[in-house]
Amino acid sequence: MSIAAVFMATFRRDLRLLARQKSDWLNPLLFFLVVLSLFPLGIGAKPNLLREIAPGIIWIAALLSVLLGAERLFKQDYRDGVLEQLVSARLPLPAYVLAKMAASWCASGLPLIIVSPLLALLLGLSQPAFFAVVATLLLGTPLLTLLSALGAALTLSADKGGILLALVILPFYIPLLIFASAAVEQAAFGLPYGAQLAIIAAMLCLALALVPFAVFKALKLNVG
Amino acid sequence: MFTDVDIQLSAGDILQIAGRNGAGKSSLLRILAGLSEPSEGVLYYQAVELTKCHDDYAADLCFIGHLSGVQGQLTALENLQFWRACWQLKAADDWQLLATLGLAGLEDIPCQHLSAGQQRRVSLARLWLTPARIWILDEPFTALDQSAIGLLQAHFQQHCANGGAIILTTHQPLPMLASQLRQLELEYRW
Repeated sequence: MSIAAVFMATFRRDLRLLARQKSDWLNPLLFFLVVLSLFPLGIGAKPNLLREIAPGIIWIAALLSVLLGAERLFKQDYRDGVLEQLVSARLPLPAYVLAKMAASWCASGLPLIIVSPLLALLLGLSQPAFFAVVATLLLGTPLLTLLSALGAALTLSADKGGILLALVILPFYIPLLIFASAAVEQAAFGLPYGAQLAIIAAMLCLALALVPFAVFKALKLNVG
Repeated sequence: MFTDVDIQLSAGDILQIAGRNGAGKSSLLRILAGLSEPSEGVLYYQAVELTKCHDDYAADLCFIGHLSGVQGQLTALENLQFWRACWQLKAADDWQLLATLGLAGLEDIPCQHLSAGQQRRVSLARLWLTPARIWILDEPFTALDQSAIGLLQAHFQQHCANGGAIILTTHQPLPMLASQLRQLELEYRW
């Protein structure tokens, strides 16, 4: 099947590139940590206030850090002419897009989940709140990656795509931001947060079904 | 740009598209490669309108544009492997192929550190891998030295002898291919 072949070839190539270019996944992670550590410094020694606003802070930092790596998602393949060749050969581009997004999530979403225990310490999160952070990050970061890939594809041939990408995509992050920080907040009060998680999961499913095709169309437009 | 272009390509033909800079050579090639739509006119592949058989046509087509398609952070070998995997080509001796192309000893250097001519050679390696019969090449001889130009012309000859067809643009004289070569002159207008 050429779908599986293109997916695997692209995914393996991108992981290899990540292993070679460590800054691609290290920079967003460091950015995330630096932004988070700025808040305690800016707000001062008010642990209660910090604990209260922690869910919002974590999620804003997470979506900015995913956005940071988004611009270069398709750029290299576009400049090198790889995209052009995939389009001209009519290879299954959605498979290529999915593989790119999976690799990009490994670079920008997964590291955030891995360092999340550090956040709990940094922001004084209670244990249930910490679990809620991990759960929302697990469901929410793939959604962030999907949406930022859409922005990256739309702004691919724009000269200064970075800021345009942020302006196009940030509004789409709002529902996720609302539900994810609400879930963490609920958990901090010891309340159930299954409903919020279910809504995030539903948004993820919807995006997973639609975004690869939207990205595919956007890439074709940019190449053509 | 251009109008009234009427060309027919048969097995064994080489068509050189000529014209001044800006005459629309690359645009014509991009239309033929299925990357952009003509504003007027129809393409046929084996007497069938292209819109009805685009997948068959694409499978029979190898397009190398003025972007090389070579990924700078990957080595020449890894680039070849990526093409093989995506296009599902059968395995063969990539080391041998790169040596044929004069890249022996450079197989595992990231392509961005190679010279322009060497990168072009890596990019043209696809012509040795692909089973496609129709090759569309935009300035394939750019940055190549005399030995590589000779090698490529010999490969073109062999391809045409095996029933392939080539459409290319170049400002390079092609003495070795004179017998098969046809020319289409695009008029410059604006």
